[in-house]
Amino acid sequence: MGGIAIRAEGLGKRYRIGQLQRYKALRDTMAEAFAAPFRRLRALGRSSDPNGGVQDATIWALKDVSFEIPAGAVVGIIGRNGAGKSTLLKVLSRITEPTEGCAEIAGRVGSLLEVGTGFHPELTGRENVFLNGAILGMRRGEIERKFDEIVAFAEVEKFVDTPTKFYSSGMYLRLGFAVAAHLEPEILLVDEVLAVGDVEFQRKCLGKMSEVAHQGRTVLFVSHNLAAVQSLCERACLLEAGRLARSGPAGEVIKDYLESLAAWDTVPLDRREDRAGDGSVRIRSIRIESADADRTVRTTSRLRVNVEYKSDGPLRYARFLVGVYDQTSVGIFLLDSEGMAGLPDVLPAEGTVTCVTDPINLTPGRCIVNVAVIKAGRLADHIQYAAHIDVEGEHAYGLARLPERSWMMCVLPQTWSLDGHN
Amino acid sequence: MNALHALANGSQGRTVIRPSSGWWAVDLRELWAFRELIYFLTWRDIKVRYKQTAIGVAWAVLQPAAMMLVFTVFFGRLARMPSDGVPYPLFAYVGLLPWQLFSRTISESTNSLITDQRLITRVYFPRIIVPISATLAAVVDFLVASLLLIGLLLFYRVTPGITALWLPLLVLLMLITALGVGFWLSALNVEYRDVAYAVPFLNQFWLFITPVVYPTSVVPEAWRVLYGLNPMVGVVEGFRWALLGAGQGPSPAVAGSAAVALLLFVTGLVWFRRRERTFVDAIGSGGR
Repeated sequence: MGGIAIRAEGLGKRYRIGQLQRYKALRDTMAEAFAAPFRRLRALGRSSDPNGGVQDATIWALKDVSFEIPAGAVVGIIGRNGAGKSTLLKVLSRITEPTEGCAEIAGRVGSLLEVGTGFHPELTGRENVFLNGAILGMRRGEIERKFDEIVAFAEVEKFVDTPTKFYSSGMYLRLGFAVAAHLEPEILLVDEVLAVGDVEFQRKCLGKMSEVAHQGRTVLFVSHNLAAVQSLCERACLLEAGRLARSGPAGEVIKDYLESLAAWDTVPLDRREDRAGDGSVRIRSIRIESADADRTVRTTSRLRVNVEYKSDGPLRYARFLVGVYDQTSVGIFLLDSEGMAGLPDVLPAEGTVTCVTDPINLTPGRCIVNVAVIKAGRLADHIQYAAHIDVEGEHAYGLARLPERSWMMCVLPQTWSLDGHN
Repeated sequence: MNALHALANGSQGRTVIRPSSGWWAVDLRELWAFRELIYFLTWRDIKVRYKQTAIGVAWAVLQPAAMMLVFTVFFGRLARMPSDGVPYPLFAYVGLLPWQLFSRTISESTNSLITDQRLITRVYFPRIIVPISATLAAVVDFLVASLLLIGLLLFYRVTPGITALWLPLLVLLMLITALGVGFWLSALNVEYRDVAYAVPFLNQFWLFITPVVYPTSVVPEAWRVLYGLNPMVGVVEGFRWALLGAGQGPSPAVAGSAAVALLLFVTGLVWFRRRERTFVDAIGSGGR
C-alpha cells in the first residue's frame, strides 16, 4: 500500500482516578448521584474553569500525541514507567478508547500485549493454539495450515495433546509466542512481551521479531530493553508524562532518553511518581557507595547498598531487589534478598535495609540501578533508574589496562602460567 | 479531520480510532467478521465446563431431569398442582427446558466479562461476543437436554400437533429474552459487582414468577396482564402449547411477552454498546 501506516492526531486518554479503583459498588454511585447536584451548583459558583468542579481527580495518561509512521517502518516506543507507552498501545489496538483526538491505521493490525492471551489451562496445547489464534484474529484455515510450524517453533511437539496446565512456564510462553509469531498482520503492535521468559527464549523472540521487521511490515515496539530497541528499530519515539517528547532515529532518541534519565536520579526518590506496583510499600531512598574508605566505586570495590522504605504496617515476606544494568538496559547483576539470611521475617514499618556485595569486577563506566520491593508475591514498588553508579578506575587485579565498557563489562582476578613450569 | 472521515468510510482495511459518541447500533458486519471467535469461545466454554467430569455433557440432561423428578414429587404428587391435563413430569420438563437455558444464560453471562477480563484487556474484539458465546454455550446444553424430551414424548405417547411449527419462533423469543437480560447483567456487573450477588436471588425469584412448576391458569385473572410482562411467561407457555397443546396459544399475553423481550434486547444492546468503551478502564488492566 505504501504511504502512512499509522497516523495519530492529538491523541489523549484521560483516566478518572476513581477508575483506577477496581470497581465501584452501587452504593457509591448512588451517593455520587446525590452529591452531584450540589457539586454542580458549587461549580457554577466559581466557574472560571470550563470543566467545572469535576476535573479534580483525573489524570491524562496520554495527551496531544501526534505522529505518522510510514508503512514498513519499525518504531520503538520508549519512556519511563507511567509515561503512557502501554496506554498508547492500548489505544492503537482499540482495547481502550481515546478521550480525544484520533488515529488512523491502514491495514490489518495484530496486537501482542501478552503472550498466550486467552490460553485456558484445562485445554490442550492443540486446542489452545486454535483458541489463541482465533483470539488474535487468525482464520481457522490459516491456523490449520500453520499448526505444525507453530508447534515446531514452540518445541512442544510431544505435548500438543496435554492440557497446558501441565506445561512448564517456559513451554507455555513458547507456545504463546509461537502462535503470535505466525500471525501475519500488516501492522504489529508489541508490548514488553520479551520481558518474560529465559534468555534462550528472548533470543528466539528477538530473532523472529527482526525477521518480521525485515519483511516490510510495520512494527510498533514498546520496550524497556533499549538494546533490543536499538537493534530492531530504525526510529524511536520517546514518551514523557503522556506526551511525545521526541521522535527520530532510534540511536539519537535513546541517547537523549539516557541523558534525561541521568538528570532524573538527582530527584529524591520520595518525590518520584513514575513508579509501578501497588504502593503498599514505598521506597524512600537508595544510597549506593563503595565499602572502601573513600567511598569511590572502583572495579575491585565491594558495594554497600542502603534502601530506605516505608510501609503501612509491619512488613512481612518482603523481598528487596536491586538490579544493576548497563546504559542500554542489559542486566548485569541482581541483588535479591529472597532466601538470604540476615533480614528478619517481619520488618518494622519504616527502616533501612543494607546489602553488602563482593567485589563487583565491572569495567569503568556508568551503571543504572532499578529498585523494587515485592511483598507476599506482589509487586509493591518499582522505580527504574533510581540511581546510577559510576565505576572509576584505571587498574585492577594487576592488569595492565582495563577493557572499555563498550567492549567488555567485567574483569576477573586471574593467574597465568605455562604448563609444566610452576 | 474531514479527510480522515472520508478515508475511514471509503476504503477497506482502514481503521479509525476516535472517541465514540451517540447511540451506536451493533455493527453486524464486524460481528460477522468475528464469527470464528464466537464459535471458538462457545466451544471453549462447553469444553471447559465438562472437562474432568466423569459423565461429561450428560450433566446437561441430568440437571433438568433431576429437577423434573423433584418437582414431580413435591408439586405434582404432594401439592397436587394442576398441569393442564398433561402428565406432570412432561409438563414440568417442557417448562424446565427453556427455563434452564434462561437461568444458565443469566448466571453465566453476568460473570462472563469478568471471567474473560484478561482477554478484554489484551485484545480488541467486539465485546458483545462474550455474553453471546455464554448464551450459545447454554444453547448447546438446551439441545442436549431436548433429547430427553423426545424420550418423554414417546414414553407418554404424546404426539405434538401442527402447533409445533411455532417452535422456531418460540426458540427465537427465548434467545432474545436470554440475550437481552444477559447484555444488561454482564455490562452492569463490570461496574457494579453487586449484580453478581443479586443474580442467584434474581434467578430464584424469576423462577417463581414463571409458570414452570405451575400452569398460568392458577394465576388470578386480574394479575394476568402484569404477569404476562415477564417475557419468560410467553416462552414457557408457548413451549407447552406448541408441544403438548396445553394452555393457550399465541394470545395478546404472548404478544406482550414478546414486546417486553424485544424491549429488553434492544435496550440491553444499546446499553452494552454505550458502556463497552469504558469496560477496560473499569476492569483495570490486571496489574500492568
